[in-house]
Amino acid sequence: MTQVGYSKKVMDHFMNPRNVGVIENPDGYGKVGNPVCGDVMEIFIKVHNNIITDIKFRTFGCGSAIATSSMVTELAKGKTLDEALRLTRKDVADELDGLPPQKMHCSNLAADALHAAIKNYQQKQKLK
Amino acid sequence: MTRIYLDHAAAVPVDPRVIEFAQPFLSQIIGNPSSLHSAGLAARQALEEARQKIARFINAEDEHTILFTSGATEANNLGIRGTALRNKTKGTAVAVSAIEHISVLNPVKDLTKQGFTMVSLPVDSTGCVKQEDLSNLVTKDTILTSIQYANNEIGTIQPIRELSKIIHDHGSYLHVDATAAAAWIPIDVRRDGIDLLTLSSNDLAGPQGAGVLYVKPGIKLQPIILGGGQEKGLRSGTENLFAIVGMGEAARLIQQEQHQERHRLQPMRDTLIKEILTIDRSFLTGHPQHRLPHHASFRFSGIEGESILLNMDIEGIQISTGSACSSKTLEPSHVLLAIGLKHEEAHGSMVLTLGRSTTPDQIPQVIQATKKTVDRLRALSPLTM
Ligand code: FES
Repeated sequence: MTQVGYSKKVMDHFMNPRNVGVIENPDGYGKVGNPVCGDVMEIFIKVHNNIITDIKFRTFGCGSAIATSSMVTELAKGKTLDEALRLTRKDVADELDGLPPQKMHCSNLAADALHAAIKNYQQKQKLK
Repeated sequence: MTRIYLDHAAAVPVDPRVIEFAQPFLSQIIGNPSSLHSAGLAARQALEEARQKIARFINAEDEHTILFTSGATEANNLGIRGTALRNKTKGTAVAVSAIEHISVLNPVKDLTKQGFTMVSLPVDSTGCVKQEDLSNLVTKDTILTSIQYANNEIGTIQPIRELSKIIHDHGSYLHVDATAAAAWIPIDVRRDGIDLLTLSSNDLAGPQGAGVLYVKPGIKLQPIILGGGQEKGLRSGTENLFAIVGMGEAARLIQQEQHQERHRLQPMRDTLIKEILTIDRSFLTGHPQHRLPHHASFRFSGIEGESILLNMDIEGIQISTGSACSSKTLEPSHVLLAIGLKHEEAHGSMVLTLGRSTTPDQIPQVIQATKKTVDRLRALSPLTM
């Protein structure tokens, strides 16, 4: 029952998350669960000319999970797939001015969900 | 924005009357109760007066049954370790309810390293200890059984008097952690059949840093803190006079005002429960009737407790949660699991505890904020069940 010390930026992304929602018929979809505390995050992407043109997320999790998913969508939007695949949990946490140590695993979840969505897109391309 | 504090189970503001009463023992009366000069005498008198107030508060046989400690955690440790270690020739099993406070569970777990066995007493979905199981699980070998008076996370009150009969039939001592209950329920150790009882000063609106272990006459303990032999040799260390004197006065005030305060808060709490349960997929945790009068606890499907806490905080309302994400270990609350909730159900818990600062005009604000919070977080959530 402890309150965690979050940065202003985390609280901003928690209260005003960017890119919330679903994309109907997405080009790529990723869903990951957090083995540590049991949370769930999903990311939908639209891809055009190898660039992520639209991205949305939904998250069931703590303040940090919501903020990191919001941030990862913001970072990924407009990037090429390769660039987006190179985004790490550290990039996400750094952009949020850091996360408390016990909350770093939540940023893993956000990067993993993004990567899962991209892989899903790439797989679908192969099948075409 | 006005801030509304609804986390009285975590910490209670100290009653200003208590501070005023105990204040001389911080700055003017500097004697050590063990010193023989006149300053020491004044300190000793104040200490004994506090002891008498606590004895009256729980209807103890006399004031010699009251041991002062540094808080409820130490009282639980002394009550459990002290009794088990001193009486181990009579039995080596210690039984505890599955929803005890961590300061009860951990000392018992630790005793298993010294040859004791730990027996966990299951509770039903409302948090009541299952009486039929009790008769099988508490045996001749059970030296001590520890069951809390009420639970701080789900508010459930145990039928201590009935449980005590079963436990005593098997020859076990009964330790009761009354930390969460003492401010709200008149406690009578003799009527309730309690052998050892834990109290916390701050939960009575007294200063932090004091607690009490009541020990029924005739029960022998082994001390866990050794030194100068204060508190009949059972708890060495110079007494925290300010906190102890404050605790005595806090208990006296609670005893006078408990009835009235209970009837002031309970209707507000009932409104909270009724209105919050109109939210889709919201559930009460704990017992619907046998619960602390200031306590309302819920779970909401599809959302997580730490984000509920943060969101409510932004709305100006301080609450608590038993969610995994908000705990240091990232484990869900053992209390919520013990009442049979699944991991993901335990995730969306919210606990509201009212107190002296709570007023009727705050209630609609809390209900509004809860609805807003749940709606907003659900709109972000992939879980629709
Ligand atoms: S999602 Fe559980 S701690 Fe962040």
